[in-house]
Amino acid sequence: MTDASITAELPERVAPPGPASGRRPSRYRTGALFLLPAFVLLGVWLIYPVIYTIVRSFFGPSGYLGSWVGIDNYKSLFTTSTLVTAIKNSAIWVAVVPAFVTAIGLLFAVLIERIRWSVAFKVVIFLPMAISAFATGVTWRMLYLQDPSQGAINALGRSVSDVVSAPGVLPNALPSTSGLQPRGGGLILKTPLHPGGVALLGLTGIAPADMPRGSRQAAQPTAKPGNIEGVVWRDFKPGGGKPGVVEQGETGIKGVTVELHDSSGNVVQSAKSAANGTFDFANAKAGTYTAGIGAATFAKPFGGYSWLGPQLITPSLLIAYIWIWAGFSMVVIAAGLAAMPRDVLEAARTDGAGEWQVFRRVTVPLLAPVLSVVFITMIINVLKVFDIVIALAPDSSQANSSTIALAMWRTAFSGTFDFGTGSAIAVFLFLLVLPVLALNIRRFRREV
Amino acid sequence: MAAVGEAVRLPAPHERTSARILRALAKTPLQILLALIAVLWLVPTIGLFVTSIVPQSAVSAAGWWKVFAHPSLATFSNYSALFHNAGLTGALKTTAYIAVANTLLVVVVGALAGYAFAWLEFPGRDWLFIGVVGLLVVPLQMALIPMFRLYDILGIGGTVLSVVLFHAAFGLPFAIFLLRNFFVGIPKDILESARIDGASELRIFVRLILPLGLPAIASLAIFQFLWTWNDLIVSLTFGVTPITVWIFSQMREFSSSLDVVSTATFLSLLVPLAVFFAFQRYFVQGLLAGSVK
Repeated sequence: MTDASITAELPERVAPPGPASGRRPSRYRTGALFLLPAFVLLGVWLIYPVIYTIVRSFFGPSGYLGSWVGIDNYKSLFTTSTLVTAIKNSAIWVAVVPAFVTAIGLLFAVLIERIRWSVAFKVVIFLPMAISAFATGVTWRMLYLQDPSQGAINALGRSVSDVVSAPGVLPNALPSTSGLQPRGGGLILKTPLHPGGVALLGLTGIAPADMPRGSRQAAQPTAKPGNIEGVVWRDFKPGGGKPGVVEQGETGIKGVTVELHDSSGNVVQSAKSAANGTFDFANAKAGTYTAGIGAATFAKPFGGYSWLGPQLITPSLLIAYIWIWAGFSMVVIAAGLAAMPRDVLEAARTDGAGEWQVFRRVTVPLLAPVLSVVFITMIINVLKVFDIVIALAPDSSQANSSTIALAMWRTAFSGTFDFGTGSAIAVFLFLLVLPVLALNIRRFRREV
Repeated sequence: MAAVGEAVRLPAPHERTSARILRALAKTPLQILLALIAVLWLVPTIGLFVTSIVPQSAVSAAGWWKVFAHPSLATFSNYSALFHNAGLTGALKTTAYIAVANTLLVVVVGALAGYAFAWLEFPGRDWLFIGVVGLLVVPLQMALIPMFRLYDILGIGGTVLSVVLFHAAFGLPFAIFLLRNFFVGIPKDILESARIDGASELRIFVRLILPLGLPAIASLAIFQFLWTWNDLIVSLTFGVTPITVWIFSQMREFSSSLDVVSTATFLSLLVPLAVFFAFQRYFVQGLLAGSVK
């Protein structure tokens, strides 16, 4: 049996004798010469470093080797809080990004089969792939800026929130005297009023630019029997002025909604102030009232979410990163789709399967190898994430946004120069991608 | 027969037109959705460009999108200011040196090795090739510390050469993988007849393999060029200042230095974008060869 199989294999092994078999040693030498430059580069810049880094990870922070510390560097990976944060963040990246990128790529690849301008769409989505991760970080950091007048995303948020709940006329105004007290977001005059009374609602803290248009010199209201008269005005003039008194040079505030409450707190009338700040509640029945300004006047405009703050920084980074890689996923999956046997899909449709069923039961299973390639590639990419974090996260959020690759660099090259722990982090990262190496080798051996 | 054929065929175009309109209508929501997505995808890049052509004062007062309402705000003063900035022009030159030198090196060394793995015989060839492919996944973080040390000892830290060689080594596994697989597909007869004619392997490599392998070499060159042009971590570690590192050094006061940062960032994108648009096909081919294979 064994003999037979050996003889059966023999001809194959002897097969390449061709014309050049006579000068085989010289061809070995040619091969060696062609490979030499590559092997020098790989040997010095890849093989030697891998060995050195593995050895180095068992030694102390400084020196060519430093002192032996055993596995202490690896222990500190899981005890130092900054490193634990980095590992946690990388876990989030691995859990979220490959799945989203693959899913979005699949969705785009399937959808663009139905449109004519699919090439244009592909180019647009793929474009970010040409842009560096660093530049992406810079670009998205601009979009994420908190101030809605600078950050586009929060500006969009502001225009939506302005429609849902409009900001007040006087978001920053404060009462000028303690006679006017805050209640439920608005202000209310402490002194009770009776018909024939006068309400003085003095406000400060309003920048001249924020004053409602068309406001003029404030007028002291004159009491009228049966009515409650009043004025809303900017109780401030250059030099200060006297709080609580309407003076020359102080401006009435136009368009403020003033409410009149009865003794049980219900709003019985409301009025808008005129250009000189005055308002009146006509024909008030005898009784005790209070006047005030409702909360809507003081509603603050949308201030923007802190996308770059410690809480939201990682989600913000994930979005920007998915923006880069969706194009890659789409192009690879679209190529897989194009290579798919059409007749299988047609057969499924003829058998009466709906589009969703075809997608779920035929397309996805047939694409599984391509999908897994995208997924695995993304896991590796995500583990090596570095540039985008360093560019996008402001200094104040760097600690919260750190990833394994970034933590390695910070530990070894920024501030501490701890080469021992830095090496340990690098080895840890290497170990995480090693299963992929095994997968790759298996795949390529089949091909070679 | 012909008349009958025409008579039968005539109504068909009408049906097809109406059917086409119906089909197009049915697809309208999808068209709109995809158009929206495409626009959304472009916003960041457009935002970066617009920020770079608006004076800093206007951006901090109102946001870059206001320029669409006031086109007169647009100016190229940010760019002319940057071109007079020696730091930036120096950084751009450094970037170009690194990217070009590295691309040449990787293409030449990778093609030599790829040819050897594809067409030369020597013991253990396929195992060596598998070993090289295995190196594809080594994260460059594994080499930063050792090379930082070694460069220190050799005294070449902070030089363009140190960065070029580092990138070259990490680009080689992919280069060898890609080129070997392409070269293997070159018809054997061509090589054999050249060998019978007595051509040396070097001659075959230069005269046959390089021209025939051009599509794969183009893909590789584009990848390598973009990768090194866009790099931050390697240059930052070895103390070299290409454009990315230069921008990074300007980012401390981000929102008040938006004019410099956005303009320099957009400048740094121009070359990759030009390369991308000019050589899209090769770019995608290389990508597919690297992942789907």
